[in-house]
Amino acid sequence: MAEFFAMGGYAGYVWSAYGVTAIVIIALVLVTGLDLIAQRKQLDVLESDGARKRAPARPSGSKL
Amino acid sequence: MNPMSHLTLTQRFHAFANPARFMALSDKLIAPFGFVTALLIGAGLWYALFNSPADYQQGESVRIMYVHVPSAWLGMMGYMIMAGASLVALVFRHPLADVCAKSAAPIGAAFCFLALVTGSLWGKPMWGTWWEWDARLTSMLILLFLYLGYIALWSTIEEPQRAGRAAAILALVGSINVPIVHYSVVWWNTLHQPASVFRADGPTIASSMLVPLLLMALGFTLFFMTLLMVRMRAEILRRRVRALQLALSEV
Repeated sequence: MAEFFAMGGYAGYVWSAYGVTAIVIIALVLVTGLDLIAQRKQLDVLESDGARKRAPARPSGSKL
Repeated sequence: MNPMSHLTLTQRFHAFANPARFMALSDKLIAPFGFVTALLIGAGLWYALFNSPADYQQGESVRIMYVHVPSAWLGMMGYMIMAGASLVALVFRHPLADVCAKSAAPIGAAFCFLALVTGSLWGKPMWGTWWEWDARLTSMLILLFLYLGYIALWSTIEEPQRAGRAAAILALVGSINVPIVHYSVVWWNTLHQPASVFRADGPTIASSMLVPLLLMALGFTLFFMTLLMVRMRAEILRRRVRALQLALSEV
């Protein structure tokens, strides 16, 4: 096992390369996922706002 | 009967590329694509780290290749997707093409960056230097700057239609760099080695190394596609938010 991690003396280079790749890929997924959730939330808020503005006469609490 | 059969080819293309249809289609595709991506990268890593030989000259450092080469391919493929979608956006004024180009840029930029960093980590032990101003390395750095310029252009112009057009023109002008990256190792005397997979006379790399390389490359490509779909969904929602905000401010 120790031999595997030593990578024939190139451990620093090999594991750094795999490490930075993993970090960048995970960061891409996180940033993208969080953006999608944020946009969906904002759209939900705006859509319910719009619904209220278009139908001001309805009693509060009624859903369109 | 196919409901689209009465349409002309162009109309069909537009119907298919309709954002609502894209939302429905991508909703079904993202999970299976993500699953296959995980399988391919899992298998690729197993071969890359445990089940492939050390190189007779480079020793274990050759394992950097399995993340470096797919990253470089995708850095270039991402640019081609971005430039292709930009062309469609300019010519057909199709909003989905515009969304695609904008969404592909950060993913391509990330892979381009990874190609440069992992290449540097490979270059130090093998060439004795982190960086060299050789044609391949320099053209790849220019590719990264083109991506960053494209992304910056989108964020500096407020109005999406104008931003999209300016960015599309930059993407198309910059696409001249993609063949330069590819042929740099042929046209100039570079420290970087020439191609050993995409060659006219077939791959010259041993199959024990080609298997992990192709698995990783396929996994990275599917990852790119999956993430591109998610980013495009977020971008479509962002445009709906913007349109609603404008509409509400006028009420």
